[in-house]
Amino acid sequence: MNILVFVKRVPDTESKIRINRETHAVVEDGLNFVISPNDEYAVEEALRLREAKGGQVTVLSVGAAEALVILKKGLAMGADEAVLIKDELKETYDGLRVARMIARTVEKRYPQFDLLLFGKQSVGADNAQVPSMVAEMLGLPQANVVTKLEIDGPSGTAHREIEGAMEKVVFSLPAVVSAQKGLNEPRYETLKGIMAAKKKVIPVVTLEDLGLTRDEVAPQVEIVALETPAARQAGKIIPGTPEEAARELARLLRHEAKVI
Amino acid sequence: MFLTFIETREGKIKKSSLEALSEAKRRATDLGTDVGAALIGKDVDCLDPELFSYGAAKVFLLEHAELAQYSTQGFAGALQGLVKEMAPEAVFFAATAMGKDLAPRLAAKLGVGLASDCTAIAVKDGKLEFTRPIYAGKAFLTFRLKSTPQIATLRPNVFAAAPAGNAAGEVVKKAVSVQDGAIKGRVVELIKESGAELDVTEADVIVSGGRGMKGPENFALLKELSAVIPRSAVGASRSAVDSGWIGHQHQVGQTGKTVSPGLYLAFGISGAIQHLAGMSSSKVIVAVNKDAEAPIFKVADYGIVGDLFQVVPALKEEFKKLFAER
Repeated sequence: MNILVFVKRVPDTESKIRINRETHAVVEDGLNFVISPNDEYAVEEALRLREAKGGQVTVLSVGAAEALVILKKGLAMGADEAVLIKDELKETYDGLRVARMIARTVEKRYPQFDLLLFGKQSVGADNAQVPSMVAEMLGLPQANVVTKLEIDGPSGTAHREIEGAMEKVVFSLPAVVSAQKGLNEPRYETLKGIMAAKKKVIPVVTLEDLGLTRDEVAPQVEIVALETPAARQAGKIIPGTPEEAARELARLLRHEAKVI
Repeated sequence: MFLTFIETREGKIKKSSLEALSEAKRRATDLGTDVGAALIGKDVDCLDPELFSYGAAKVFLLEHAELAQYSTQGFAGALQGLVKEMAPEAVFFAATAMGKDLAPRLAAKLGVGLASDCTAIAVKDGKLEFTRPIYAGKAFLTFRLKSTPQIATLRPNVFAAAPAGNAAGEVVKKAVSVQDGAIKGRVVELIKESGAELDVTEADVIVSGGRGMKGPENFALLKELSAVIPRSAVGASRSAVDSGWIGHQHQVGQTGKTVSPGLYLAFGISGAIQHLAGMSSSKVIVAVNKDAEAPIFKVADYGIVGDLFQVVPALKEEFKKLFAER
């Protein structure tokens, strides 16, 4: 199988997010950047499929040169190749333009592929747009938020998470699948993998290489404000025995907060 | 016209779709236009009266035998046809599993931007302004979309579902064609988790447990408490999920689900930053924890410093009494 996995560089989930109000940007100083957690499940699934069925795994990222670090991580986990699709713009929160870059890269460079794997959403922009948009642009079926994936010859079966249930989706290959926690347990890089990854050259693809015009990748999102929410205030601590406290809490929730 | 996609599950309209429809009505009124509702499937026409009362002037029925089960390509294709014909200013979806799967596919078909998982929508200078959480709520982005139609998904449980008083409207049947081979993937089966009908993203009340639950068997206590609270669901912190105590679909936080219930009850949850991000937009937060210094108390409206294994059963009895009074 020829599998392409798309990964994004994001601040880790322990990060406290600070905002530069002038530039409408997240302050990056002091943040620890990682491969988006959902994308790790996608990389792991690709490696498992290759181990079961043979083939090739390529990890790709849209971003600045800083994204090379997470591509190295993908290689260290076991991917065969990595490619950086270079985007000079910082985070635009615009899925359409990223999807266009990815779709064009696939069309231009990968005439033969079986599966495009993504995380269900980047842990940051939280848009969950790109996988479906790429699927549409390439005319492929899609299965999003997947916790179980089976590939059998020319077709696939996925369990996709919905509210309080799972949908079993059957689709033909090639296809787009986005990974959700529960799909697998991502492996750690091995020392051997890290050493091998260091030696690999990561090609860089530019928008010019892809023949994309400025119009095609102009952000549709026009930012008005980027703010951190007002901090919640600590409320009251209810004293007493567990029974007394529970009784008082129930009373407050009904008569003061009026939420039950 | 503001078009709203109406999601049905097992023949019933989702509450979150009525929320999206109500918001469409409010914003369309700001802009002096009307609202249409789009129902897709097979034999769905029994559902329309409710939609008029929530503000739809027209209900479009897009029916086809091929659309009996959900498929992204089938549903997006049907919507694209309707959008081409009606040229709406905006198309709203509830940000449910289906809405999040479908809206970006439609946006890509139309070559337009998408506002995902919005928590507020306003009209400024005759234009829509969308606000949505990023980093699971550690920050909020307000923006406009340069493209038309303006497509947005609206987070469930945030926008009020309010009947607009319309008594009736027009039902419009639209012919839908589905080309052979156009649908390359489809849902073939619905697999239900026993005892978890309501998802944490849809619940009015979340009963959530963390490391302080000490083990998987103790989540039964939270399930029992949840059982006495209408429209509630059981949630969990990442450490409880990663310990294998409860399924990941219950996880609240930055790598789980971001939730906005009316009431969030946190038992034995210390309040890691990634967890707080996912639940801070709850209307009221209650924390029960042994450790008086736990960060969760800094965001809680009400706190009990104590043993959850004593507080939970006592609270269950109190809630039982309260709900019996109604």
